[in-house]
Amino acid sequence: MTSAIRVQQVAKRFGSVEALAGVSLDVRQGEFFGLLGPNGAGKTTLISALAGLVRLDSGHIEVMGCDVVSDYRNARRQLGVVPQELVFDPFFSVRETLKIQCGYFGIRQTRARDAWIDEILENLDLTSKANANMRSLSGGMKRRVLVAQALVHKPPVIVLDEPTAGVDVELRQTLWQFIRSLNRDGHTVVLTTHYLEEAESLCTRIAMLKAGRVVALDTTANLLRRFSVHALRLKLAPGVMLPPPLASRAQEKEGAWSIAFDQYSEIEPVLAELRANGCVLEDLEIGKPDLEEVFVRVMRGKEDRFPSGVGADARSPSSVGVTG
Amino acid sequence: MSGFPTLFYKEVLRFWKVGFQTVAAPVITALLYLLIFSHVLESRVHVYETVSYTAFLVPGLVMMSLLQNAFANSSSSLIQSKVTGSIIFVLLPPISYRAFYLAYVLAALVRGLSVGAGVLLATLWFAPLQFAEPLWILAFALLGGSILASLGVIAGIWADKFDQLAAFQNFLIMPLTFLSGVFYSIHSLPPFWQQVSHWNPVFYMIDGFRHGFFGVSDVSPWQSLVIVATCLVLLSMLTLGMLKRGYKLRA
Ligand SMILES: Nc1ncnc2c1ncn2[C@@H]1O[C@H](COP(=O)(O)OP(=O)(O)OP(=O)(O)O)[C@@H](O)[C@H]1O
Ligand SMILES: [Mg+2]
Repeated sequence: MTSAIRVQQVAKRFGSVEALAGVSLDVRQGEFFGLLGPNGAGKTTLISALAGLVRLDSGHIEVMGCDVVSDYRNARRQLGVVPQELVFDPFFSVRETLKIQCGYFGIRQTRARDAWIDEILENLDLTSKANANMRSLSGGMKRRVLVAQALVHKPPVIVLDEPTAGVDVELRQTLWQFIRSLNRDGHTVVLTTHYLEEAESLCTRIAMLKAGRVVALDTTANLLRRFSVHALRLKLAPGVMLPPPLASRAQEKEGAWSIAFDQYSEIEPVLAELRANGCVLEDLEIGKPDLEEVFVRVMRGKEDRFPSGVGADARSPSSVGVTG
Repeated sequence: MSGFPTLFYKEVLRFWKVGFQTVAAPVITALLYLLIFSHVLESRVHVYETVSYTAFLVPGLVMMSLLQNAFANSSSSLIQSKVTGSIIFVLLPPISYRAFYLAYVLAALVRGLSVGAGVLLATLWFAPLQFAEPLWILAFALLGGSILASLGVIAGIWADKFDQLAAFQNFLIMPLTFLSGVFYSIHSLPPFWQQVSHWNPVFYMIDGFRHGFFGVSDVSPWQSLVIVATCLVLLSMLTLGMLKRGYKLRA
């Protein structure tokens, strides 16, 4: 099957800034793909290149098998992009905006078109604002219209560049419900976000970008397993020391000890050891692996792998870089 | 040509929604010019044997308004959508650069023609007008409007800020239109300035346009037609080239 998105050795400079320094990745059809990275990592540049808004210095990009340069018109038909910047055309109402956007894609004025526009409005909770002028909408509502505009032509590949920045909790949930249902219907979704819990719960695969390079690319589950672990966090009563066999496995952080484990059955012996040594606990909690920890570790670089050996595997991030 | 009809429609709707400012206001400006200049100069200036100065002035004003508004439409639409970022709504869809060009130029032409027709209608009260050879009127209105619309596309794409566009307008478009024989026949100029006027393409647009009304002009309308058509072809090629490369639109 052709990839939904195929990025090959893509490079782009802006003056002295190397925004993309040889990025390669593949997004499979039907995937919910996360593109993560700190500010300035190159996420938006990559999306812009995908959409033909930025011309590449080298490399190739295909969307559903269509080259974004040589076959740009077909490539753009396959693609719906929600831009990061909050932009709008102040001359038109919400419905006019969507109808015009349909026309740009050559969609005729039919009942089916109007029904689809109504459905999008409904799902994004915009129905009551359909005839309001764009200028009169709040920032979060403008953001929803941007999402709606990206969907008018039912693109097989949907790219959302920080769609939830400045959006309230309720809408975030309705938005993800809607995007998830589109994903279930077979649309490929690519998402950038700085809310890592969001990415963790939505994305099946994740690429992490840093300074224009892919520094990690794997399924969300594998990333969590490799870079983050379950950990038992213990806070000991003042003056209490950790027994030596445990201390050798534990790490101290902010006055608490953290002991990594793989299986829940490993907790029992630890607690037994504590009890046997008469250690008084002030607090105890079980931390689950989370993407934020993965992100921080990956961004700090290869040297800073999870030290306990538990859960971290020996492969370096770049060796799993390009997966088919 | 998918996308063209909608982009054209959107561009027309854009100025039509604020029609008072984009169509009515320039008509009123042209009327003020007519009132003042014809009042001051009617008895003093005589250009052609059979034509009163006011009648001579009307086609010039019509054409000047047409040209300036065609330019204003495409240039201001582009710079606005660039500055606000909403330009990406037309850059993301599969609209070819030719469709893009045609939509912006034709919509600007519609605005120019609307203003021109408005000025013509409004001035009918002030001067009896003849329509000696109407095909010339049409030809020069369409060609001239398209040229300025094209220039507007170039200016709108080139300018990054509103003041750069204003500079383009004040230092290029205004002198070209004002120094083109709108208010006088260039035969009344000293020889040096007559020579200079012959390098101004807008002079030929207005002279040819005026020929359509009176059947007389400073130079042959055929000569004007060739010059104006050549300008349009060259400018179109330049504009299409810019759009194709994505100059200043695609980073
Ligand atoms: N048009 C441009 N001109 C000059 N430099 C640019 C341009 N666009 C992006 N850059 C630079 O390229 C780098 C990557 O920017 P990009 O917008 O892709 O980052 P990002 O990962 O999307 O960041 P964020 O999370 O802040 O949105 C940055 O250093 C940025 O300053
Ligand atoms: Mg960005």
